[in-house]
Amino acid sequence: MSRTRDERVGEHLLRELAPQVLGAIVRRYGDFSAAEDAVQEALIVAAQKWVEQGVPENPRAWLIHVAARRMSDHFRSVLARRRREAVVQPLAGDDLELRVDPEPERDDTLLLLFMCCHPSLTRPSAIALTLRAVGGLTAAEIARAFLVPEPTMAQRISRAKQVIRTTRARFQEPTPAERAERLGAVLHVLYLIFNEGYTSSEGSSLQRVDLSSEAIRLARSVHHALPEHGEVAGLLALMLLTDARRLARTGKDGELIPLDEQDRTLWDRAAVVEGVALVSEALSRGSVGTYQLQAAIAALHDEAARPEDTDWPQILALYGLLRRMSDNPMVTLNHAVAAAMVHGPTRGLELLLPLDADPRLADHHRLAAVRAHLHERAGDHPAAIAAYRTAATRTSSLPERNYLLTKAARLAAAK
Amino acid sequence: MKFMLMMNAPRGNGDWSVSDWTAEDLKAHIGFMKRFNQELNEEGVLVGAEGLASPGQARIVRAGKAGTPEVTDGPFAEAKEFLAGYWIVDVETPEQAYAIAARASTAPGPGGKPLYLAIEVREVMGGPPVDP
Repeated sequence: MSRTRDERVGEHLLRELAPQVLGAIVRRYGDFSAAEDAVQEALIVAAQKWVEQGVPENPRAWLIHVAARRMSDHFRSVLARRRREAVVQPLAGDDLELRVDPEPERDDTLLLLFMCCHPSLTRPSAIALTLRAVGGLTAAEIARAFLVPEPTMAQRISRAKQVIRTTRARFQEPTPAERAERLGAVLHVLYLIFNEGYTSSEGSSLQRVDLSSEAIRLARSVHHALPEHGEVAGLLALMLLTDARRLARTGKDGELIPLDEQDRTLWDRAAVVEGVALVSEALSRGSVGTYQLQAAIAALHDEAARPEDTDWPQILALYGLLRRMSDNPMVTLNHAVAAAMVHGPTRGLELLLPLDADPRLADHHRLAAVRAHLHERAGDHPAAIAAYRTAATRTSSLPERNYLLTKAARLAAAK
Repeated sequence: MKFMLMMNAPRGNGDWSVSDWTAEDLKAHIGFMKRFNQELNEEGVLVGAEGLASPGQARIVRAGKAGTPEVTDGPFAEAKEFLAGYWIVDVETPEQAYAIAARASTAPGPGGKPLYLAIEVREVMGGPPVDP
């Protein structure tokens, strides 16, 4: 059955508003699970009423009002039960009046994210709770996106809520000192959600929520709340600039197509333009961070009409900056790739040598894969074949394994 | 990351070593597996788990000339071990998968003593990687 456009618009609006309303209710009443139930009920009422009577003038205030009334009902029944049990305790939040400020919706979404990405949660828990509470996805949708059974995902979400309850993390606003660190955790969780979507295997993707788009949507809402924050803009830009290449990165049989062989006409120009504008503005403000630098590198790739137009000296300089800011061996690896593009494969191979002593990367497939490429470019085919095969045995990505084995096979046949 | 944990059981005497176990030992073993799966579910890591029918039931299938299945009884007499069952878990690190495998390895056997069965841990392949 097809639905009217209005219904879909209403649905979209409800999803946008849900985390803001949940944030406002949790901020007011504290109890996350009860607040979630109350907001769900308010959304159901809205879905019916708005179709019949049209969307109210201030839909957010309308939803907060209805959800707050449900919370009051909830507290009254808890109170009544306690009275019956003769254990009367004063409970906050028993009044119906909830002032709806015109502007706090930005903070409400952000505070909800701070709670969902609380440091006491494991990363899978934080990811699941963020998608549930802020993204408004059902446990079944999240489960399908991560290719796990629904009860497993439901357990993850309920465990996360339990941790929030027991650690009393609840909904305390982080102190100014904590804020930067907590925001860092939020951005990291959004980045992980994006990567999960970007790297998930094919399969029944049509029935799956697109986690990359979801991460971009969430990053947009954080950017909306903190438009001046360089790293927030940097992360959103990085996602847009990476996602822009999505259609071009695999062939019709799911085979991997490396950056320099991609059909660049398939890249999403609108996403590139938006990402470039975001990162340029962020960088112009002065406080440079790792997401901005990664976005700047992605922008340089995306702006090159042909692989040979890529501004490798600039990319090399950016990886140099990135190396100084983070102790990530993957950055050193990418720095070596850029150095090889500027100064030749021999220089790149030299820069890889110290990485053999780094336990975080020594057995990583990317080190072997990069080495294979550089040996191939240097004309040392036997070394390249051996390194491609080593990389193929180490990767856990099926398309990448096939790509690496194919590279080795082609070189072996050309001998 | 997802891992498959494959539990290999010794073939023992006859078709299947469990056929020699007492009823109490079987009950303890089944109860262990049920609780273990429940725990994995509650921990939010279980993707799937199945136990397999006895190796004597196994058949080897190859496509014949016209693609028709050619079914034979497996020549299992010489095999010392067989796949008894598997779990697929979704965890953050290989170490977490190893810890779960170690728990599975303590499944009780005769006399309620841990079997210490060998659990083969293999990562399940995923999709394309992130571009640099």
